[in-house]
Amino acid sequence: MRRSTSRHLSALAAAALLVPLVAACGSDDKGATESKDSGTTATEKAAGPLVIYSGRNEELIAPLLEKLEKATGTEVEVRYGDSAELAAQLLEEGDKTKADLFFAQDAGALGALGKAGRLDALPQGSLDRVDKEYRAEDGTWIGVSGRARVIAYNSDKVAKAPDSVKDLTKPEWKGKVGYAPTNASFQAFVTGMRVLEGDDATRTWLKDFKANSPQVYEKNGAVLEAVNEGKAELGLINHYYWYEKAAEEGADKLKAALSFPKKGDPGALVNVAGVGVLKGNDQSAAAAKAVDFLLSEEAQTYFADETSEYPLAAGIKSKADLPELDTLGVPEIDLSKLESLEVTLEMLREAGMV
Amino acid sequence: MTEPGTRGPKAPPAPARTATRPDTAPAVSGRGRAGRRPPLVLTVLASVAAALALLPLIYLGVRALERGPGFARDVVATGRTGQLLVHSVGLALVVVAASLVLGVSLAWLTTRTALPAARTWSVLATLPLAVPSYVAAFAWVSARPGLAGFGGAALVLTLVSYPYVYLPVAAALRGIDPAQEEAARALGHGPWQTFRRVTLPQLRPAAAGGGLLVALYVLSDFGAVSIMRYETFTLAIHTSYKASFDRTPAAALGVVLVLMTVLLVAAESRTRGRAGSARTGSGTARPPVPLPLGRLRWPALAWCSAVAAAGVLFPLGTLAYWLAVGNSATWEPARLLETGTTTLLVAALGAALTTALALPVGVMAARYRGRVAHLLEQAAYAGHAVPGITVALALVFLAVRYAYPLYQELPLLVLAYAVLFLPVAVGATRAAVLQCPPVLEDVARSLGRGPLRVLREVTVPLAAPGVAAGAALTFVVCMKELPATLLLRPTGMDTLATRLWTETGTASYAAAAPYAAVLVLIAAVPAYLLGRHRT
Repeated sequence: MRRSTSRHLSALAAAALLVPLVAACGSDDKGATESKDSGTTATEKAAGPLVIYSGRNEELIAPLLEKLEKATGTEVEVRYGDSAELAAQLLEEGDKTKADLFFAQDAGALGALGKAGRLDALPQGSLDRVDKEYRAEDGTWIGVSGRARVIAYNSDKVAKAPDSVKDLTKPEWKGKVGYAPTNASFQAFVTGMRVLEGDDATRTWLKDFKANSPQVYEKNGAVLEAVNEGKAELGLINHYYWYEKAAEEGADKLKAALSFPKKGDPGALVNVAGVGVLKGNDQSAAAAKAVDFLLSEEAQTYFADETSEYPLAAGIKSKADLPELDTLGVPEIDLSKLESLEVTLEMLREAGMV
Repeated sequence: MTEPGTRGPKAPPAPARTATRPDTAPAVSGRGRAGRRPPLVLTVLASVAAALALLPLIYLGVRALERGPGFARDVVATGRTGQLLVHSVGLALVVVAASLVLGVSLAWLTTRTALPAARTWSVLATLPLAVPSYVAAFAWVSARPGLAGFGGAALVLTLVSYPYVYLPVAAALRGIDPAQEEAARALGHGPWQTFRRVTLPQLRPAAAGGGLLVALYVLSDFGAVSIMRYETFTLAIHTSYKASFDRTPAAALGVVLVLMTVLLVAAESRTRGRAGSARTGSGTARPPVPLPLGRLRWPALAWCSAVAAAGVLFPLGTLAYWLAVGNSATWEPARLLETGTTTLLVAALGAALTTALALPVGVMAARYRGRVAHLLEQAAYAGHAVPGITVALALVFLAVRYAYPLYQELPLLVLAYAVLFLPVAVGATRAAVLQCPPVLEDVARSLGRGPLRVLREVTVPLAAPGVAAGAALTFVVCMKELPATLLLRPTGMDTLATRLWTETGTASYAAAAPYAAVLVLIAAVPAYLLGRHRT
């Protein structure tokens, strides 16, 4: 009898021990990270940091966010991740999120949060700085930089590059086009085609394109690599991949070149990276300042020069040899309609692409 | 005399061969204890571990049923689910079979034959553990783009996961008392027959346990299949998140994965039967006489070299190439050091917690064969095939609601590692305990020691090397983990895996290479120790 009670007791004690064990592991390191943080950003700690969830890559964006910290005088804490995964995380966190600002790689992730009612409407003054087509209709998010879809071609092997994605289904390109069907940019492009030309036309194009045996790659970078090495003659990518590669290896060394699709072509879509302010955040003033900073000349010049993207707030020109945004054949499309990819995905599945 | 023995490397997968012979395994540890009830403390501690492992399932249930069972059914009841099932199961079958062939053959060659430099080979056979599947897959596909698809995914997953079979089988081979084999030889069996009829059946629990880990790994892997563009359940779950940011369909698909896990675990425990491989002989292990290979030494060496070249040299060579080319290779020693230190810390904490939680489950699984023990063990495996991002979102969901102070703090990340990798440590603990002669425990009991004292003074010390090996293995897998780390790490904290992810995000492989190299180098230390480890 006595034995079994003592057994019970020790069982409980042991179970209780586990909890502090977990907690103890953590508190040690929490102290460590805090001291580390205070080393870098010990300047001011008035209202707590502005927490940004960034789906944009740290390599590209961290220097800009440092500038933001200086310009707005607010301490910034950034959580980097994948746009879609961060969006899922923000939805899971709900109104308890620690995030004040979401900096997403594409309009779709922002649209999903807007649709779920997780974003505050932005001030009209900020919204007005960007053309209507690059922001949410309900004002919950705004594009800060644009990426154009282009057709990359191998200049050794291709005499005249096509200027429409419609041409890619022609027999002369059979087996010669590289693309990344699981990539968000490609899927947004297909969604754009659906919005522009309807589901039936898109389904037909996908079927014909697939029948033309395109080569499948994981990422845009790999597509460009293949085009550059001549493994594929054409490739569907975003424009800045080429400019990054040119910056790294020298433009004159690249066999790959870019063809910007003609006016109104679904292949000429310009998608955006943008920001939204989370509902229930405790930093609305700082968040609004941050949004304005991202639309400022300093930040827009950064996008133009450092990430080779298109500045979306008026009046900034790129150092890189980019064709002007308004000379591109951007089709008229409401980017908010790129929010739902489900039908697109269904089509890609039907076509056997994903 | 030597000729038939070298057919060992081509031995068919062990469970397939032995499944029909359940009677040959010594039931020394199982039968006698089936009826005995485990100490309550053990049950309680194991229940805590199992409950933690089941957390993601609660979330999956909540999310999947969010829009009613009808919606979940619609998501699952499409032709695509069938196709995904075929893809996932097919890949798992092929990878498990190949891993068994590689793992068992290399284990036998390195422990039982006069293979030149056996120790080096055993380290080399363990090292692929240190290579993350996404690094290996990228290395292969960048060299041979034609590999993409089923073949490439199967190749890469086999190469990175066969050590899960190699390690326990090699340990079992070292632990098996050679006396039985000698008796078989004395009774006129050739080396091959001895291997097949005496050794192989004793390897069954180790091989089956390793095979189970490989299968679960394949089901949950995202890196290799996504780079190889072979659509499995896990890849479909990721695509589902990315396409619609909608967690309900992803959860419904996750439930299917959990069901697959349950079936797998049940199948494995059937294959394993009640076998144990404890020595019943004298106290000290006697090394078996190595089998001379004769002329077949060369094919054996070629086999080992081929596996090492594909699993270790090739990915390392690719990393070296990335380091050498590309002017974006910016070494940031300070950052590298900081990230490396953080990675060491979180992986060590992850391994410590996982091992602590696995210990009671593993002991129960090995020593007490009741229904409760069985259920607890299976529960520990339940979440393992679920993709990391799902486990991470489950913990986000639960922590935000019920443990907010812990949210985005280190304990939660460490807990996620424990949930994700509990089976790795449970498997190692169970195998280690199974190899301890239960007779010693019986003696201790008969001398009046209580079950807990026996556990503390006899079982745990005897099993310690195996448990430590399990901890080392867990440490390595924690280091490589990516999706859960991305979502759950404290803001601003980086591990080598997340830095690697950041650098490859901009397609600057040269800049990613230092992180990949340091990751592989650090992970190689425990892997190296595991390769040299002798029980």
